[in-house]
Amino acid sequence: MRTYKQIFSELKRAALIPFFVIGDPDFDTSLAIVKTAIDAGADVLELGIPFSDPIADGPTIQKADIRALTSGINVQKAREFIEKVKDYKDIPIGLLMYYNLIYQYGTQKFFSDFHEAGVNSVLVADLSIDDADEITAPAASAGLDTVFMVTPNTTPERMKLIASKTTGFIYTVSLLGVTGSREKLSDTVEVLIGKLKKLTSVPVCVGFGISKPEHAAAVASAGADGVIIGSKIVELIEKNLSNREKMLAEISTFLSDVKSAIKHQSN
Amino acid sequence: MKYKGRFGDYGGFYVPEVLIPVLEELEQAFYRFYEDERFVSELAQLSKDYAGRPSPLYYAERFSEYVGFKVYLKREDLLHGGAHKVNNTLGQGLLAKYMGKTKLIAETGAGQHGLATAMIGALFGMETKIFMGVTDIERQSVNVHKMKLCGAEVIDVEGGTGTLKDAINDALRYWTANVTDTFYLFGSTCGPHPYPTIVKHFQSCIGKETRQQCLEQIGRLPDMIVACVGGGSNAIGIFSAFLDDKDVKLIGVEAGGRSLSSGKHAAALVAGRVGILHGAKAYLLQDKEGQVHDTESVSAGLDYPAVGPEHCLLKDTGRAEYVAAEDAEVLDAFGLLSKTEGILPALESAHALAFLCSQKGKLDADTIAVVNLSGRGDKDVSIVEKRRSADE
Repeated sequence: MRTYKQIFSELKRAALIPFFVIGDPDFDTSLAIVKTAIDAGADVLELGIPFSDPIADGPTIQKADIRALTSGINVQKAREFIEKVKDYKDIPIGLLMYYNLIYQYGTQKFFSDFHEAGVNSVLVADLSIDDADEITAPAASAGLDTVFMVTPNTTPERMKLIASKTTGFIYTVSLLGVTGSREKLSDTVEVLIGKLKKLTSVPVCVGFGISKPEHAAAVASAGADGVIIGSKIVELIEKNLSNREKMLAEISTFLSDVKSAIKHQSN
Repeated sequence: MKYKGRFGDYGGFYVPEVLIPVLEELEQAFYRFYEDERFVSELAQLSKDYAGRPSPLYYAERFSEYVGFKVYLKREDLLHGGAHKVNNTLGQGLLAKYMGKTKLIAETGAGQHGLATAMIGALFGMETKIFMGVTDIERQSVNVHKMKLCGAEVIDVEGGTGTLKDAINDALRYWTANVTDTFYLFGSTCGPHPYPTIVKHFQSCIGKETRQQCLEQIGRLPDMIVACVGGGSNAIGIFSAFLDDKDVKLIGVEAGGRSLSSGKHAAALVAGRVGILHGAKAYLLQDKEGQVHDTESVSAGLDYPAVGPEHCLLKDTGRAEYVAAEDAEVLDAFGLLSKTEGILPALESAHALAFLCSQKGKLDADTIAVVNLSGRGDKDVSIVEKRRSADE
């Protein structure tokens, strides 16, 4: 199984990390979308298991969660989904989800089962570093890397603490707010990447609000090890719900454009 | 964070990283000011002159005759705004002022907390936004108008079933993007630490007054205290002064909705399982995978799938007992108090009265029960009318 370490050390540029809600808009289409993203050059996948009350997400991903839940996605099906993705290609997968689903499944069992399915890490959106102990030991014993978030208002002391408990990558949130595409890239993001790079050698990936190839290029040139794009792609799904071919084509084109913007940046 | 905010294993602060600094700031400010002389005296003055504290403890003689034991009502319904909510919004509003915040946001279900926040926004000259589910906006339109008259902006929340849970989701999202100048005035004793502690503190005046009034007016402590529980702020407020009085039974009444067996209710303590929602570990109504259930209750203020963490601990230790009252019983209790006493209770508070009605004939005549009459029922008149004509 490919690890984050392998990916981040092999790449001479920022990794392209698209985010999808598993099962949006339904299991089969969702799988086709993820395969398209892999073919278009995704280096790592960030996948969400839908939750009824996603407080860290804006309207776009809330709607994706509802579509996926309505189509019948549950935790078991999410696991099958991940196995199918891994059958297609051995690509590192990070899960991004809310704590209650893990807690109800049983934290240790969830981590073991999903590691077995091919997951590299589980980022719990509503679990801060203060309660990291609830997941670090189970993650380690399941063989998972840990991923935690840093936001623009995180103090340097907390950044250090977060870095010390992170074995995968730091998920750097580019702005104060929830997920969602934005016209402009937050102007705090470059400073934030710089700060983190000085504090730690753990890879730093950046997400929230990255919506255009130029945004990705700017984040890459600021020194990020990965660029996470979620809402913008989910918008392409939402916009083309009645035309699957167009949906896949637009996602492919968008991700290819982002990838070449990132590559161009590192040349 | 200085404290863990745990009640046993319940509570905590399960929130995204971005909210931690602002919760830390709130925790610091609360512990700095809550016993500060100037803060305490300013709050006491406002509680008296603006809100109308102390609220009376009233012996409901004709209602007592009906149930067959002595019932006293703690008249929080007489406070400004028509509910206990003003205790908390005055306290937190003042805290916001001391912290130098200029904007308030709040969630609301029945609109009582929204109204109480809008009042305080007007009082302190703060820009106020109230998040309210579309279902609740429709069934509590009178409160929506009142909030707007006080100068607040009411923001429609369309997600989920358009009730309290969804309003909290959107208020948290808004707060995430506006943490620097905005104070989130949380309405119940749930949510992430430090809210359960803060709300309990500002509502504890209900219990302190009640205890003293019992001793002065009745000459002894009551046998039981009964309060409705949605998130649980009025209940924890009145329970708090009696926790060490082991002979005083504490009874919380949750929303049994259509019925417990139909699944259409909001009784998290009676029928839920421990889970994590809105920053706290607590009993939660959810499916087997952990997706949160939609709830249903005739009273918008109790229509919430989780409950305050301290109530969870009180349930587990057995110090308090939690039961559910169904909509039909609640409407009967609403009618009964109106007819016997000329007091229209809020449908939320009518849950506590419904429990007493269920005890008719079962308790000794000298039993003394105190009900926290947490709010008045003017806001519910049209709902009661509608239900009644539907039943006929």
